[in-house]
Amino acid sequence: MSNLYQKRKLTDKIFKVVFLMFIILALVVLAALIFDIFSKGFVMMDLDFFTRFDSRFPEKAGIKAGLFGTLYVIGLMIPITFITGTATAIYLEEYAPKNKLTDLIKLNIANLAGIPSIIYGMLGLGVFVRTLGLGRSVLAGSLTLSLLVLPVIIVSAQEALRSVPKSLRNASYGLGANHWQTVYKVVLPSALPSIMTGFILAISRAIGETAPLIMMGALTFVMFTPQGIMDSFTVMPIQIFNWTSLPKSEYELVAASGSVVLLLILFALNGLATFIRYKFSRD
Amino acid sequence: MSTKENVLEIKNLNFYYDDFQALNDINMDVKENNVTALIGPSGCGKSTFLRTINRMNDLIEGSRVAGQVVFDGDDIYSGNIDVVRLRKRIGMVFQQPNPFPKSVFENVAYGPKVHGVKDKAEIEELVIESLKGAALFDEVKDRLDSSALGLSGGQQQRLCIARALAVKPEVLLMDEPASALDPVATAKIEDLIEELKEKYSIVIVTHSMQQAARVSDETGFFLMGDLIEFDKTNKIFENPANQKTEDYITGRFG
Amino acid sequence: MEKNKESSWYAVLFDQKIRYMNSKSSSNRWVNYVLLLATLISVFTTVGIIVILVSDSIHFFAEVSIIDFLTGLKWNPLIEPNKSYGVLPLVGGTMMITLGSALIAIPVGLGSAIYLTEYSSRRFKKIIKPIMEILAGVPTVVYGYFALTFITPKILKPIFPEIQTFNALSASIAVGIMILPMVISLSEDALNSVPESIRQGAYAMGSTRFEVASKVMVPSALSGIISSFILAISRAIGETMIVAIAAGMRPQLTANFLKPVQTMTGYIVQVSLGDTPVGSLEYYTIFAVGLLLFLLTLALNIISHWILMKYREVYH
Repeated sequence: MSNLYQKRKLTDKIFKVVFLMFIILALVVLAALIFDIFSKGFVMMDLDFFTRFDSRFPEKAGIKAGLFGTLYVIGLMIPITFITGTATAIYLEEYAPKNKLTDLIKLNIANLAGIPSIIYGMLGLGVFVRTLGLGRSVLAGSLTLSLLVLPVIIVSAQEALRSVPKSLRNASYGLGANHWQTVYKVVLPSALPSIMTGFILAISRAIGETAPLIMMGALTFVMFTPQGIMDSFTVMPIQIFNWTSLPKSEYELVAASGSVVLLLILFALNGLATFIRYKFSRD
Repeated sequence: MSTKENVLEIKNLNFYYDDFQALNDINMDVKENNVTALIGPSGCGKSTFLRTINRMNDLIEGSRVAGQVVFDGDDIYSGNIDVVRLRKRIGMVFQQPNPFPKSVFENVAYGPKVHGVKDKAEIEELVIESLKGAALFDEVKDRLDSSALGLSGGQQQRLCIARALAVKPEVLLMDEPASALDPVATAKIEDLIEELKEKYSIVIVTHSMQQAARVSDETGFFLMGDLIEFDKTNKIFENPANQKTEDYITGRFG
Repeated sequence: MEKNKESSWYAVLFDQKIRYMNSKSSSNRWVNYVLLLATLISVFTTVGIIVILVSDSIHFFAEVSIIDFLTGLKWNPLIEPNKSYGVLPLVGGTMMITLGSALIAIPVGLGSAIYLTEYSSRRFKKIIKPIMEILAGVPTVVYGYFALTFITPKILKPIFPEIQTFNALSASIAVGIMILPMVISLSEDALNSVPESIRQGAYAMGSTRFEVASKVMVPSALSGIISSFILAISRAIGETMIVAIAAGMRPQLTANFLKPVQTMTGYIVQVSLGDTPVGSLEYYTIFAVGLLLFLLTLALNIISHWILMKYREVYH
């Protein structure tokens, strides 16, 4: 009996080590990734990297086009998705009648969140670029990415609204406020930090998106910055993709530089979201 | 009347959740084949105390124990006692029935299987024996493979008792086992406790003084982490030595 | 579990008052409409996707039979001569990458989740969680770059000298790492939703941590865990940039992970980057493949949801 007992303890210990190794493995991979990219990325990078356009000569290549393209596309996206996403979440959580139709809409949104991003590219191509005649413009790109991240924003905003305590709402009603006043003045402000966190993370995702924009026609070799929302454009991830695909081995370093810039921006956003989450969590 | 041996000796037990001291210098001897009841108002530490006996508090991060709980000659908090073995010998039934989401049979078979019983016939025998011991067999014998979650609250609790009995413990800890049950189911549990004490030593936490008076041989009164009084049940309820005990018994507080 | 007796009389009254106010106030109705409009966008998105995929696929299936498409073993729609439109090599490529990534992400993910819920301390969790979020936030282009410039030459080539620059294995590994945080997070949620009382009951029986995890916790959370696996697989199927960069552009039916393959998503990107004229058969191949991709991921998402709903363990 003692033999079996030792075996049980041993099994427990072995799996503890194995599972811990799994976690360590993930950490090691992340460390390798960051180390590899950052060490390659700083070889050729200088401040001019941000002010130069792409070039046939790797040492002269810069990320200016992608940087501005990203700024334009994402900048346009932010108000569109924030307002639409939050409004939809408010409707679904606060106003929609609890019937099968609402359930269907919620199910639909959950499904949309799981559709591959490249399909959104096809949607953007068919609807925005062609049918609405927006061409391969910043506007079309923004709208496409907006549709892509909207389901994620909606779901996370819904959860944020749901976790506002009932006592807060009841206090508002008790003072004679109507539904909209309660939502607007009490529920929304309370849920706002969570909504912001989810929103920032969704935007981070959009910044890294490549496939849908390629699909709807963002260009890969671009020597200009967009001047208006109807201009064509490229974004940072596409430039990185382009550099990765080029045969000249120095471009590998340029791609790393681009990746460094992209990663730093994303880390900053991630940090911002975490900061908001901690600063405003009272529990 | 033969004098009973001590099955558990608690000496100078102090317990802390991080900085908060939940138990202050508890000393108690639990006798074999007795039903020992622990009473006291909410938050007095009786459940915490119960959980120190089978080291369930180890699961809570930040918990600390000072003092000794002596079982079978060893302090269970000393280095050479293994918690897994300990919990086979000291079983527990919880306040809320918590059957596993498995069949009735698998619930009771879980303990024996985990502790090494491989023979199918032996397992089956153990399961039936334990279900009988928990006065549940007749009610479930036709539905051993159905989900345990489909039983009524009272049945689920008796299933949990059967599950605990299946590993053949020496001590059975019961944390308010009937508080989530209706009066009929409660009565069944109390009858069961009467039967069980012939084979097991039972320590039961209860918020019902009537229950303590009905089923137990000795009773301990806890208040704010202190063991105020511990004596034969008759004495506690008819002629308590401590004024605080009397106040609680007569309902002046709690 | 019996603690939420908050449905006291005054809360019920408030609910009724809200319903009344909702139906009467006119400013509320205006707000209602605006918000409803915002919601309909999600409906139009789904409709839009289906319309685009189906209508453009019809152009494709006017010239290539569905049978040939779904059962053909050669995919060569762009290069003369011998154009063929059998999608199976692309499906095969997708399946290889998905299988490879699942073989990594599922065991490592579930094991990590078990460690976090049964073995680790609070402090450890606090450190690991943000790191996992970072892992989840790395853009897929960067993963693709990492696969091509690090995993293949520095990790795989020493082990398999015959491996080609573009291969299914490095893409599988990278995709596996990409979906890993998702598996960990969802599995952890599933394990945490098992009532604490059941976990305590298992420990009280004298079980080791591994026994509690494997014999009680995982079986009790199974529907959530399986559902998370399926969602991760769906994500792997739809992954585009990692495979476009690292797996290669050669659609070939093979079981050899050391060779290049092309996935459905990789093909779509390849065509988009090229000069295929709009309205040509080659152009419409994108939509046929896209439709297949959409249906596959949709089916998986629905199955995942169905498993979660139907088999969700109900603890009262």
